[in-house]
Amino acid sequence: MPVISFRDAVNQALHEEMARDPDVILLGEDVSGGAGGSSGTRDAAGGIFGVSKGLITDFGEDRVLDTPISESAIVGAGAGAALAGMRPISEIMFADFVGVCMDQIYNQIAKFRYMFGGKTRCPIVIRTATGAGMNMGAQHSQTIYNLLTAVPGLKIVVPSNAYDAKGLLKSAIRDDDPVVFFEHKALYPRKCEVPEEEYLVPIGEAAMTREGDDVTVVAIGRMVVFAEKALDKVKADNISADLIDPRSLSPLDEEMIFESLEHTGRLVIVDESPPRCSVASDIAGIVASKAFASLKAPVKLVTAPHTPVPFARELERAYVPGPDRIEAAIREVINE
Amino acid sequence: MAELSREQLLHAYRQMKTIREFEERLHLEIQTGEIPGFTHLYAGQEAVAVGVCEHLDDHDYIVSTHRGHGHCIAKGCDVIGMMKEIYGRADGLCKGKGGSMHIADFDKGMLGANAIVGGGPPIAVGAAIACKRRGQGHVSIAFGGDGSCNQGTVFEAMNMAVVLQVPAIFVFEDNGYSEHTGASYAVGSGDIAGRAAGFGMPAVKCDGSDFFAVYETMGEAIARARKGGGPSAVECTITRFYGHFEGDPQNYRAKDEVQRFRETRDCLKNFRKSVEQKGLLETADLDRIDGEVLELIEEAVREAKASPPPKPQDVLTDVYINYA
Repeated sequence: MPVISFRDAVNQALHEEMARDPDVILLGEDVSGGAGGSSGTRDAAGGIFGVSKGLITDFGEDRVLDTPISESAIVGAGAGAALAGMRPISEIMFADFVGVCMDQIYNQIAKFRYMFGGKTRCPIVIRTATGAGMNMGAQHSQTIYNLLTAVPGLKIVVPSNAYDAKGLLKSAIRDDDPVVFFEHKALYPRKCEVPEEEYLVPIGEAAMTREGDDVTVVAIGRMVVFAEKALDKVKADNISADLIDPRSLSPLDEEMIFESLEHTGRLVIVDESPPRCSVASDIAGIVASKAFASLKAPVKLVTAPHTPVPFARELERAYVPGPDRIEAAIREVINE
Repeated sequence: MAELSREQLLHAYRQMKTIREFEERLHLEIQTGEIPGFTHLYAGQEAVAVGVCEHLDDHDYIVSTHRGHGHCIAKGCDVIGMMKEIYGRADGLCKGKGGSMHIADFDKGMLGANAIVGGGPPIAVGAAIACKRRGQGHVSIAFGGDGSCNQGTVFEAMNMAVVLQVPAIFVFEDNGYSEHTGASYAVGSGDIAGRAAGFGMPAVKCDGSDFFAVYETMGEAIARARKGGGPSAVECTITRFYGHFEGDPQNYRAKDEVQRFRETRDCLKNFRKSVEQKGLLETADLDRIDGEVLELIEEAVREAKASPPPKPQDVLTDVYINYA
């Protein structure tokens, strides 16, 4: 089976879905790049992370639209195209820029179907790069999915590996509801096996990436990678865990978490967002209200601190929950 | 007006009259307290909505504003369904989930009233992208007021429409007030069309109380867009006969302002005068329409009041198509 990067997996999903459905279009800043440049070269960028490389060559300027730096218009135009029957993918270069176009996301696309009495659909995908780890500072490193998971009407997808990224993006593009698809920028080069034949990963189903007895670890996005490292470390002490990757935060596969907790009774939730009103605290609240009887110990949260994302390497390392902090939390929750 | 047939003239008048009577009746009904929420009336601006939409069919799109009843009626939304929606009834056009500020009818190309000032124009650009891609000559209209022309989203939308050369037309209805603040104060340059022209599109002003002026001006803009000539903007100077919302004491307006406008710039009176003087329509034709419209509005209110409210459990439906 081919081993490809997260970046290439997303690129493949875009290529396949655009080839499959002529109503799929991609719009955003530099999604091709080079328009109006002095070299005359199109596809000069293929997105700031090179994720959409080659699409303009295959699908042309009618379907791969380089836009001005206008996030509200990028999302709003995607919304309008979706209402008019297309399947647009609006790219917001960094998730942090969601702040610029929040109205179009949470007042417009999230609410159309409800406000208009179920008489329309808005099949838009907003693709955006999320997360810290590349020293990009406070305005290019936030997760932001913690904010958008709170919005009824949106589906929120956060894949942790190339296989899921491809299968989930294809599902998102075919989904009739608005989906915000978060691609962790530190995961782009990470590789795993991705089959050549077509497959979909359904939105709303978590993945149990490891199975064990002593603790349930729920980790989001890049934190799955760090949780695996932590679990490798504690294995030496005969500690084993269920590792659950929710993959989509809305809808959230609560059942898989509850079932695991019936077996393990102990829960560690790992997320690189700040702790307040976060997905981690949300899952802890859901477990407390619906699965309290399964718990043998207080739920442990491993999150970023309640601060902006810092710049310097040492500071950013201190900000992002790493394998050591996850390992410590696992050991603590087992001893409680 | 050689290009407008007798049927077209009668239809345009019926549409304007329907909007007027719909709003005049709402103005009265709101005072009974039976209508929930708050409502922004379009009375006085009818010639703009109708002067634009008489050029459109169901495959053309419009995106409206918080003051959207007129655009909805002009685009062909069912008047009784609209009234039920405004009353918050289960069989309203949006099942009582939208209300006055969120009426839409996708079968009619009406992509929704929008209660966020400046929220609609980016969406209209997206619908115009779809029109361009389909290549069948359809267009997308972004309605907005003088207030919206100060929103960054509208600047973004206008620029993107020019960059992508899509068939979007930005119709600015300058009714003189951004809520409770004069447009002469809030629009820095005082020149909305000039602002649109600055983005690189043809932009003209016209008298929004004159149906024929709007119809002709929009005819040019829409014909250009249908032929692939890209976006344009039209600034229509107009007045609203009521406040920003129903219940607005309008302390910002001179006491005789509305009365003066009702006497001199009433699009319905001016339309009648024009077609009667030119011998295009008979007074009896117009009177007959007046009577039919009043009956329709009466029926709409009667049906709305008799319609069932939504069931409490309906709060949970229509959020997603699939969510599991």
